[in-house]
Amino acid sequence: MPEPVIEARQIVKRFGRVRALRGANLTVYPQEVVALVGDNGAGKSTLVKTVVGVHPPDEGEILFEGRPVTVNTPHEARDLGIETVYQDLALAAEVDPAANMFLGREILRPGLLGKLGFLDKKAMRRRSDEAFRTLGVRIQDTSARVANMSGGQRQGIAISRAVTWASKVVFMDEPTAALGVVQTRNVLDQIQRVREHGLSVVLISHNMPEVFEVADRIEVLRLGERVASLRPAEVSMEDVVAAMTGALTFHEKED
Amino acid sequence: MATPPTPTEDIAAEELLEEEREPWWQRLVTGQSTAIALILIGLIAVFSFLKPDEFLDVNNARNIATDAAVLLVLSVGLTFVIITAGIDLSVGAVLVFSGVVAAKLMNEMGGDNWGVILAGLGVALASGLGWGLLNGFLVAKAKIPAFIVTLGTLGMALGSALLITKGVDQREVPFKLIDTVGSGRAFGEIPYLVLIAAAVALVFGVILAMTRFGRYTYAIGSNEEAVRRAGVNVDAHLIKIYAIGGTLSGLAGFMSLARFGTTTIGGHSTDNLDAISAVVIGGTSLFGGIGTMIGTVVGVFIPAVLRNGFVIVGVQPFWQQVAVGAVLIVAVYLDQLRRARYRR
Repeated sequence: MPEPVIEARQIVKRFGRVRALRGANLTVYPQEVVALVGDNGAGKSTLVKTVVGVHPPDEGEILFEGRPVTVNTPHEARDLGIETVYQDLALAAEVDPAANMFLGREILRPGLLGKLGFLDKKAMRRRSDEAFRTLGVRIQDTSARVANMSGGQRQGIAISRAVTWASKVVFMDEPTAALGVVQTRNVLDQIQRVREHGLSVVLISHNMPEVFEVADRIEVLRLGERVASLRPAEVSMEDVVAAMTGALTFHEKED
Repeated sequence: MATPPTPTEDIAAEELLEEEREPWWQRLVTGQSTAIALILIGLIAVFSFLKPDEFLDVNNARNIATDAAVLLVLSVGLTFVIITAGIDLSVGAVLVFSGVVAAKLMNEMGGDNWGVILAGLGVALASGLGWGLLNGFLVAKAKIPAFIVTLGTLGMALGSALLITKGVDQREVPFKLIDTVGSGRAFGEIPYLVLIAAAVALVFGVILAMTRFGRYTYAIGSNEEAVRRAGVNVDAHLIKIYAIGGTLSGLAGFMSLARFGTTTIGGHSTDNLDAISAVVIGGTSLFGGIGTMIGTVVGVFIPAVLRNGFVIVGVQPFWQQVAVGAVLIVAVYLDQLRRARYRR
């Protein structure tokens, strides 16, 4: 086994009196798709948010390529090459897709105008169009507001943004939850393409057929802890569901 | 720059067909700024038709623009604030406070020269900036709703102005200020007050439309959390926005002082509502994320033209308030319609 790109160990996260994570682990190897599954309230989204700096953990450590790191803000996660597609997509609906792609990373005009903060909208639009094309996201009018776009297109913009900027890992929190059949197909293809580009993907999903289709490995969370790390080829969907609900316990091997 | 469909990845082709691009002329026709600009043009046309000699007169146009100048400066700052889905009720009170401290300082210094005037301007801008920073800090850091924060600073600024003056207007202002900035004209034609307001609107309009600062303003109003997650310092940006609003209120206070030669403490109690109305009539959405500076300019001129036109036509000027109220409601209704059309 190569060294994990991300390893979260014994993560504890409390919200008031609620312990959302009680010593959760997460391991992500280079260029693999890990599905993070678990029942509602198992702590999937919270675990992701502790790793990507939205809610820094109360206890536990995060290793990035073997060295301990602290990730206190999304900015620090981004600097490590980690990007996130949030469940709510985190898009600014009243600006255009290119503005969302480059949010926080705007390209400025060359020279004095750039120093004054003038945007190079053309360059941003051109590079966004390239990214959308690479990932098969179809947007006719790239100058229209995101608010005018369909759920599939918005998902595509959020994924394109994450993939464009990530150099190591992309986290996706239920990227297909709100999508129809066709758009879901698109997103799953995009995940494959992201892996082919050499990145790792952590996919939170409730949809077992989807998980079994794209994941190289499945990590199961239950009540704020990792209870199993499984390979889709070696287990059945029933096994995974059983692990999620606690009907079946797998021996957690610690590396 | 349309994306050519790649045959191998043409899965979502069905979805494509229903996503027709709206041509620019259609956007121009259906855009809210256009509708409001048409209302303004219509008003001008009606008044020009009714009283061509009096309404369509250079002096009259100059009057309208001068009347609108101070309100425009307030509204420019407020446009930024409202695009972030915030509000600033304190602009009129900060205007009064800034005017009062500027007048007080200039009187203390005495003399009728540019040094005194510049000192007055400096202190007006600084006090506006101070109130703006306080607003911004309380909104961004203490997370108190902007409505409450600025309602509080409205009272504090106005109360402080009254404390400083003991409730009596400062009537002593350097004559040079009134004579030049207050009533002078550039090239003998354009009042300096109008020139200042136009420059402010132009500069901040460019900032809003073309710079990263403007982009963050729209994005924050659209989805503050998304901007935060994109690694932008949202709190600092909001503080800057309220600081700009405060500083422009300070400038407006100094302009008002130059124009009237007195602090007019009692005359600005509805400035905040007038400015908010102007910004909203101009198409800026109270829900944030949407708005333009050109819209705000139009929004400032509609009440100004109405007031002036009613006086000339001989309608009781009180009708202006009624008419502006109706335009305001229509403007927000248009905004709602537009949002309903976009939301899926």
